[in-house]
Amino acid sequence: MAETLVNKYTPKDFKSDQEVRWCPGCGDHAVLSSVQRALAELGIPKEKFAFISGIGCSSRFPYYMDTYGFHSIHGRASAIASGVKIANPELSVWQITGDGDALAIGGNHFIHVIRRNIDINIILFNNEIYGLTKGQYSPTSTKGLVTKTSPFGTVEEPFSVGELVIGARGKFFARTVDTNVALSTQIYIEAAKHKGTSVIEVLQNCVIFNDGIHDTIIDKEVRDDRTLILKHGQPMIFGKVNDKGLILDGLKLKVVKLGENGITEKNLLVHDALEYNPGIQYMLANMMYPEYPVALGVIRAVQGPTYERSVHEQIEGIQKTAKIKCMDDLLMSGSIWEVE
Amino acid sequence: MGKKSEVIEREEVVIRFSGDSGDGMQLTGTLFSDTAALFGNDLSTFPDYPAEIRAPQGTVGGVSGFQVHLGHSEINTPGDFSDVLVAMNPAAIKANAKWIKPGGTIIYDEGNFTEKNIEKAGYEKDPIVEEKLDGYNIIAAPISFMVKEALKDFGLDPKSVLRTKNMFALGMVYWLFDRKLDYTEEYFEKKFQNKPGMAEANKIALRAGYYYAETIEALSPVYKILPAEIAKGTYRNVCGNVATAWGFIAAAEKAGLKLFIGSYPITPATGILEELAARKDLGVISFQAEDEIAGICTSLGASFAGNLAITSTSGPGMALKSEAIGLAVMAELPIVVVNVQRGGPSTGLPTKTEQADLMQALYGRNGECPVVVIASSTPSDCFHFAFEAARIALEHMTPVLLLSDNYLANGTEPWRIPKMKDLPKINPPFADRKEIPFLPYKRDTEKLARSWAVPGTPGMEHRIGGLEKTAKGTVSYTPENHELMVKLRAEKVERVVNEIPDLVVHGADSGDILVVGWGGSYGYLITAVRELQAAGHKVSLVNFNYINPLPKNVKDVFRRFKKIVVCELNMGQFADYLRIKHQEFTYEQINKVQGLPFTINDIKDKCIKMLEDK
Repeated sequence: MAETLVNKYTPKDFKSDQEVRWCPGCGDHAVLSSVQRALAELGIPKEKFAFISGIGCSSRFPYYMDTYGFHSIHGRASAIASGVKIANPELSVWQITGDGDALAIGGNHFIHVIRRNIDINIILFNNEIYGLTKGQYSPTSTKGLVTKTSPFGTVEEPFSVGELVIGARGKFFARTVDTNVALSTQIYIEAAKHKGTSVIEVLQNCVIFNDGIHDTIIDKEVRDDRTLILKHGQPMIFGKVNDKGLILDGLKLKVVKLGENGITEKNLLVHDALEYNPGIQYMLANMMYPEYPVALGVIRAVQGPTYERSVHEQIEGIQKTAKIKCMDDLLMSGSIWEVE
Repeated sequence: MGKKSEVIEREEVVIRFSGDSGDGMQLTGTLFSDTAALFGNDLSTFPDYPAEIRAPQGTVGGVSGFQVHLGHSEINTPGDFSDVLVAMNPAAIKANAKWIKPGGTIIYDEGNFTEKNIEKAGYEKDPIVEEKLDGYNIIAAPISFMVKEALKDFGLDPKSVLRTKNMFALGMVYWLFDRKLDYTEEYFEKKFQNKPGMAEANKIALRAGYYYAETIEALSPVYKILPAEIAKGTYRNVCGNVATAWGFIAAAEKAGLKLFIGSYPITPATGILEELAARKDLGVISFQAEDEIAGICTSLGASFAGNLAITSTSGPGMALKSEAIGLAVMAELPIVVVNVQRGGPSTGLPTKTEQADLMQALYGRNGECPVVVIASSTPSDCFHFAFEAARIALEHMTPVLLLSDNYLANGTEPWRIPKMKDLPKINPPFADRKEIPFLPYKRDTEKLARSWAVPGTPGMEHRIGGLEKTAKGTVSYTPENHELMVKLRAEKVERVVNEIPDLVVHGADSGDILVVGWGGSYGYLITAVRELQAAGHKVSLVNFNYINPLPKNVKDVFRRFKKIVVCELNMGQFADYLRIKHQEFTYEQINKVQGLPFTINDIKDKCIKMLEDK
């Protein structure tokens, strides 16, 4: 795609003529806006984008993008997006999904697309609730959450998206917050440039059925102290006044205060998103408040062969030396005989 | 060639190789049928093996068989009853006793009829006596002993020696049918190129069997089947699964598209995925999915992206694909879904045949969800109908369901090889630049097919999906629009009728009974009907390949017969379908649900009874 780079778009060019129907105040609006900004900066011709979604509030996304789009069926977007990318590796393929779509009904496709490392970008809107069906618990709902289908609180353990991605041998995982347009845009650009499956978890607010679920972490007043924005090569430092950081204490991460017990910036862990061994990244992805800050930014971004390239290279390699070049050759191959 | 004491010339003969799963019966049968085909016989074969990979040795459950029907005249079925049975163990007798023609020949391996094996097969002492087969032409050959003798100085381990038993038996059968050994010998030379010792051992066992048969002369009568009168041309043997796979490759070439198969292994459809996975030389993209749903969904993605996309499965997988077929109907994307039917419901009889997924194909989805349904009817015509299914899907922008079955999938027959230049070009309705701004559900007036704008095409960005839409592609829940779109999608499928051939009547176009079949039971029905016709009965056959829509001339054909008898391997699904579509007729039924094809007599006896009842 490198030779066809263009730089002529504004976010507006990616807005379709459809009226956006998400609830006023829904986090999805901000995600849409961030993605449109990111696409405008990528320099990829507009016709090369394909947005594939499943079912759920977030899955309406393709209708609002002036690109090729396919709003499919519940849970299957990973599989459909895989088919699109393998059929035409020249396309920039994006999957839009939610916590129910990707992790419940679509769990199998989700882990397998990651395992295969097909070069698609998956934006997973995580609001820890089923919104479109009006408020039932999801695979990421906190244990004990009271919803319409758990009137006495859920009794099941939630998935952690990052843990699942790394467990499926994922090579790119990032986390952002719906309303943080600057961080999100930057992450989408990095995800698009990454060759292989990229998963971006968006902490997204459902204003109707799970309002404020992420507020303990992302509220303006507290977010600097309760989140850590990771940057590759930078020390893991956070806090309103940059007074806190992370160190490795034995086999665990530990939050420390700079200046206390002689700790300086030099003692802090430096983020390495490119490290293939996922040990530290795994711990970072799983950090939960109040013990830790919640990690944002690109947590893991390692290189590996992509599925679609391997498929096409194998075909090209075999075709170079193949004796059968067309259907007539195949029909006449092997044991055949003439009847006079 | 040795002296043949008594030679019987026959029009046709059926031979069955039967033994333990590990006895190599499939290979033995295949080598025999290839040799017969090269000789110029017409033939039809059918493998019959257990679902278990290695069922307990020596038990009836572990018996694997391969039946070959060869003839001087046209052969349409693998045959019902065998003239010759090769039984490698007592269990093979147990499994096949009632399928041997009275007075037929049974060759068995004496060395394997041990007390233990006899007991395992459920006999007390002597299977031949207990099955009342003593009057048959019984040849107890010491096969195990003879291969040990023949290969004793060969330095092979005892297991490998015994593995050549099937070749000894095959050698005997070659003598019995007066066939040459060269094709089989060449096969081993090629197969064991790097293990000349193994090639030689198999060849020695083969020749030992041949000379043994010649020496004992007990094998008379020797059957002589002259080459068949077959149309001029170049031929090969083909099974239904390979023919199906090749039909799609041919269609992709004629459409100028890449072929994509997303699929999940399932018996008996796996052969299609395996064949296409091997065809990277022709650029086929094969994707072994994580499940049946991903099989069709990756294909649907590939279709959206502009490939000829197909998926293959069997009944249980078909159930899992239903929702995605509905999406294909709604998104109006071309895709072919192959269902190689097996015995159901649920896991059912994975390695047996049935035609019980017809209603599932026609109606097994939510909403008003019509698709084109086509059924192949012989192993070799799977090629033609796969090609046609792809052509219709691509040119009409619709999913097509192609029904095959276990009997077609694994059965083989000689096939006159088509030439690509004789096949029609396929013209998918790709959107051209005049259609900007592109409206995804705008249709052509003739077929009602929408245009296909593939991602990557500048200026045609658009959105499709499972929600109801207007012609412009906007989501719409308007009552009138929904009804309009439902009718348009149905009408689009109906209009395929303009491109399918009329029903062909085999026999006179009027008479007492019209035998009606569909799909894979053709071979049995045509054989039975021809025998009835030869006996002077006014019976004809129509066999449907196009199920939805039905051909235009159905009514015109049906009304010329006194009785219509629908024969199918289910409880009457096609009969019920005809009752919906052509209510003006009365339909009699012949049904069988045993996981087995019809026998000729199943059909003949019942037709004769109906003729007497009139």
